[in-house]
Amino acid sequence: MIMRLFLPLALFFALAVLLWSGLGKDPSILPSALLDKPIPQFSSTKLRQPGEPIDSQALLGEPYLLNVFASWCRSCLIEHPVLDAYVKRGQLKLVGLNYRDEREAALSWLQFHGDPYAEIIWDPDGRLGIDFGITGAPESFVVDAQGIVRYKIVGPVSPEIMEKEILPRLREGAG
Amino acid sequence: MRKLLIACLIPFMVLFSTALWAIDPLPFADGEQEERFRVLVAELRCVQCQNQNLADSDALIAKDLRKEIFEQMQAGRSDDEIVDFLVERYGEFVLYRPAFSGKNLLLWLGPLLIVVFGGIGVAVHLRRRAANSQPAAAAPIAEDIDW
Repeated sequence: MIMRLFLPLALFFALAVLLWSGLGKDPSILPSALLDKPIPQFSSTKLRQPGEPIDSQALLGEPYLLNVFASWCRSCLIEHPVLDAYVKRGQLKLVGLNYRDEREAALSWLQFHGDPYAEIIWDPDGRLGIDFGITGAPESFVVDAQGIVRYKIVGPVSPEIMEKEILPRLREGAG
Repeated sequence: MRKLLIACLIPFMVLFSTALWAIDPLPFADGEQEERFRVLVAELRCVQCQNQNLADSDALIAKDLRKEIFEQMQAGRSDDEIVDFLVERYGEFVLYRPAFSGKNLLLWLGPLLIVVFGGIGVAVHLRRRAANSQPAAAAPIAEDIDW
């Protein structure tokens, strides 16, 4: 008798907890397959210095935020001032990955909106983007001094994400 | 006359079928390769517009991935190798048919578990009800009721 009363109630609560935990989750945000793994080995060229090579080895030694951007990307304009401000305050090393862009368009975009990037990797056809598991722009990766991906942000970086998720991991990743 | 009309319509139906539109014109080596490609892109999920497969999606990234798959096929990679390549980069999410292992087991066996436990529950319930109702049914209408 007690069982008969209790069981539906228990089932109800189990279901409620399950559904409740699903609320507020964004199913469109995928966990990165790269998390806690080294960034993919690549060798590409720099956006601002045409023909000059840059590879995954060159980025080791200091934690940084790898930011995927493009001149055609509208949401990139939302996060750009945020990234710029943190770089200007010296709190952030920012590496760019210019994704599926024309060089001329990218350079004038940077001239117009400001250029906070320490290095910019050029990926005109999106081939490098596939190795990084990028689905679009903007996306950002927190990479530690050993080149391990610690966190991934899909969509624009807000000051809140910067303070809560990115900066603590960059500090942690310095050792 | 009607046959002629239908015959005229067929090219338009083919032309406007969306599945055909989304596939970029790719120079396949032969029909067999084209078929492999069609099957593969239908089974892989677009990583951006997530409720579409790679074949149907118009997203930039889907286009890039189709091109990548095509090029890997030209390079002689097998379907499994290509799928592994994508899973390594985008996670198991890209598979419309997730692997039968690890944390996916619940996904695969969940429905079966529900049917089994549900069935047991129903069986127990029915048996109990039958057991309860038997004495009641057997009990004759009291004879000493004063009609």
